Amino acid sequence: LSSNVTVDRLQFTLTVTFHYLFPILTMGLGLFIAWLKTVSYLGREDRRFPLLRKTPAERAVHESSARFWMRIFAVTFAFGVVTGIPLEFQFGTNWARFSTFAGGVIGQTLALEGVFAFFLESAFLGIFLAGAQRVGARLHWLSALAVFAGAWLSGFFIIATNAWMQHPVGYERSGDKVQLRSFGDLLTNDWLAWQYLHNMGGAATTGAFVLAAMGAYYLLNGRHVRFARTSLSIGVVAALVLCLLQIFPTGDGQAKNVADHQPSTFAAMEGVFRSEKAAPLVIIGNPNTEKRKLESTIELPDALSFLTYKRWKAKVRGLNTIAERDWPSSVPLVYYSYRIMVGLGTILLLIAGLAVFLLWRRKLFESRRMLWALMLSFPFTYIANIAGWTVAEAGRQPWTVFGLQRTADAASPSSSVPAGTAIFTLLGFAGLYLLLGILYLLLIARIVNRGPEEEPAEAPADEPDPEPAAAATS
Amino acid sequence: MATAWFILLAAMVTAYVVLDGFDLGAGALHLLIGRDEREREGLTETYGPVWNGNEVWLIASGGVLFMAFPKAYSSAFSGLYFGLILVLWLLIGRGLALELRHQLDNPLWRSACDVVFCLSSAVLAFVLGVALGNVVRGVPLGADGFFHLSLFGLLNWYALLVGVVGLVVLCAHGANFLALRASGEPAARARRWARRLWWVEAALFVGMIGPTYAVRDEMLTNLGDHPWRLVFPLVAVVALVALLVYQRRERLGHAFTSSALFIVGLVTTMAAGIYPNVLPAHDDRPFSLTVDNAAAGDDALRIALYWWPVGIALAVGYFIYAYRLFFREPSGERAP
Repeated sequence: LSSNVTVDRLQFTLTVTFHYLFPILTMGLGLFIAWLKTVSYLGREDRRFPLLRKTPAERAVHESSARFWMRIFAVTFAFGVVTGIPLEFQFGTNWARFSTFAGGVIGQTLALEGVFAFFLESAFLGIFLAGAQRVGARLHWLSALAVFAGAWLSGFFIIATNAWMQHPVGYERSGDKVQLRSFGDLLTNDWLAWQYLHNMGGAATTGAFVLAAMGAYYLLNGRHVRFARTSLSIGVVAALVLCLLQIFPTGDGQAKNVADHQPSTFAAMEGVFRSEKAAPLVIIGNPNTEKRKLESTIELPDALSFLTYKRWKAKVRGLNTIAERDWPSSVPLVYYSYRIMVGLGTILLLIAGLAVFLLWRRKLFESRRMLWALMLSFPFTYIANIAGWTVAEAGRQPWTVFGLQRTADAASPSSSVPAGTAIFTLLGFAGLYLLLGILYLLLIARIVNRGPEEEPAEAPADEPDPEPAAAATS
Repeated sequence: MATAWFILLAAMVTAYVVLDGFDLGAGALHLLIGRDEREREGLTETYGPVWNGNEVWLIASGGVLFMAFPKAYSSAFSGLYFGLILVLWLLIGRGLALELRHQLDNPLWRSACDVVFCLSSAVLAFVLGVALGNVVRGVPLGADGFFHLSLFGLLNWYALLVGVVGLVVLCAHGANFLALRASGEPAARARRWARRLWWVEAALFVGMIGPTYAVRDEMLTNLGDHPWRLVFPLVAVVALVALLVYQRRERLGHAFTSSALFIVGLVTTMAAGIYPNVLPAHDDRPFSLTVDNAAAGDDALRIALYWWPVGIALAVGYFIYAYRLFFREPSGERAP
């Protein structure tokens, strides 16, 4: 910890990881809230589009579901905003030489995010939360769509920034800095489309599993049954679709990006120490960086070559072709994070698939084992998201801007921000964020405990007072 | 080109200080103007739906500073490290206290939120003033364009003085806002505070001329050399007088507008005074960061000039829309 670069990295890792837990959920829930509000606002019994063909009672459930999820969204959004500001600030405070070097390019995308996404999101969240009585049903629906658009636009500009750091394009070097040359190149970066879709798919998967888990929780408790069934059905169907899309095409496309543009990262992800033709896909194995090989492996012959290049005998580039100073600082970290992401993705796909099968057979709402599994699986979507980002960020090392600026040259000069100063603020952030995490869980637990508002007046509630019923059965 | 961005950036910072200024100031007076839990609840409702949007002007200004003057951004942020991290922690505490206040029905929770909100607002107003004071005074920039100021280096006498000015001006602005938007007893209290603070504000405004000349005579000579720039301090003076007049006549809307214009005058005067520097060096060191040596490349600045007007026009549109929506009906008569 005597090196300021190490402490700066730790602080950024802590603050960005903690922050991202909130946008995962707001970006994911934003999508589903927009959908629930759309059904509630546009749904009619005589619609030709089957997904919008809803009875007034069904629409009422969608409406109260949207409001329930918006309460969780609002709290999560507040935590996301306050923990997000430190990230933009830290580019200046802890990564001053990176900002000086790359500000001419990534300043654009970060400024775009502030100007185009944050204003949209904050203005319309305020309008949405003021309530439909005050602003009218139409504006209320539109503001749900605007909040969703703002959240996903914000994600786009952040991914555009990250994509440029992973695969710099559209710039020219002038002296010790880079300057933007083509705005079009920046936004049509090869890396950007797949990374964006894969990332947003990950967030939406979390949203879907959270919907399903909440439904499962209420069903297991015998509370808010109509709400629970709606959330659960939407959640598991969306989860299945999204899990499939995460594997193909978005995950596949993103892996090809890495293979094409960051061979060092790709080799570390797959544990390929030596280039080989007809490379096997390693399902399980432990990388040994000393001996430069994978140990205790179970592998599928030729599969890695096929998955990467669509040819069984293609040659996969190994770490032996890359100077060791350009290897990711920790090969095992990249390797295991990648496996955690892929492994969890596969397990989640199976769970979602089974749940949809049971839903189709009309057995899901009674299958207590499946409900338990769904209720407990949503935290793993967070782990998969964070593990994916670990692959991206640890895999890019030792570079901050791949091939252009090393992380060691990116931190603020130690004369401005010495290691001790950064340790002080790192500890401050750690303590503060521990407190925030506890507070967040407490507030969410209260919202969950209170549950969605019961059916609005025009549609009489079909459940008797749920609390005593739940107490009697337990 | 870089000069155009200096002006646009100054405009965004001004918008930030005017908009977030009233909720910061109202927050700093929160415990004094609202005497019990119910009154305080009423106060937070006046800016509840808009404060977050106001704060976005800070984020967006930071983004534009980063985009247009990356060197100044990285140098100022790393050099003022402690000040900025402190601002972050305060912003976290303040935002959460305000947003989460309604979440629990416990009176102790609400009191705790009120205290956190009030103190963090007051300290933020002060710290933002201190940061501004250091920029005006100049910082010990080295040849590499970086500097280091210890915590006590930040808290030099001039910066502390500007901190006090920041706190007073924003409190007065907040009081004028609450006088207009709050209802009942708190509104009357806010009116009294606004009147009292006017005298302090006016005294500090006149009183700051000498010290500012002492730490950086360019601030004034710069205005004298380009007489058209005198229009900015003139706006401040006229607005200050108008504020007093309107307060006396109980024209609360006009008084709030005058207060906003006074802040516009102050911030633009400061910007006009330091131009062409973005981050001046202290003690006549030759390493000042100026619009020329701190700016991003011309291509980048030109590209941004295409999207910036669109984005800001949209943002201003949302703001006008949201403010009309929320400030249309007189507060206090709002349905619960």
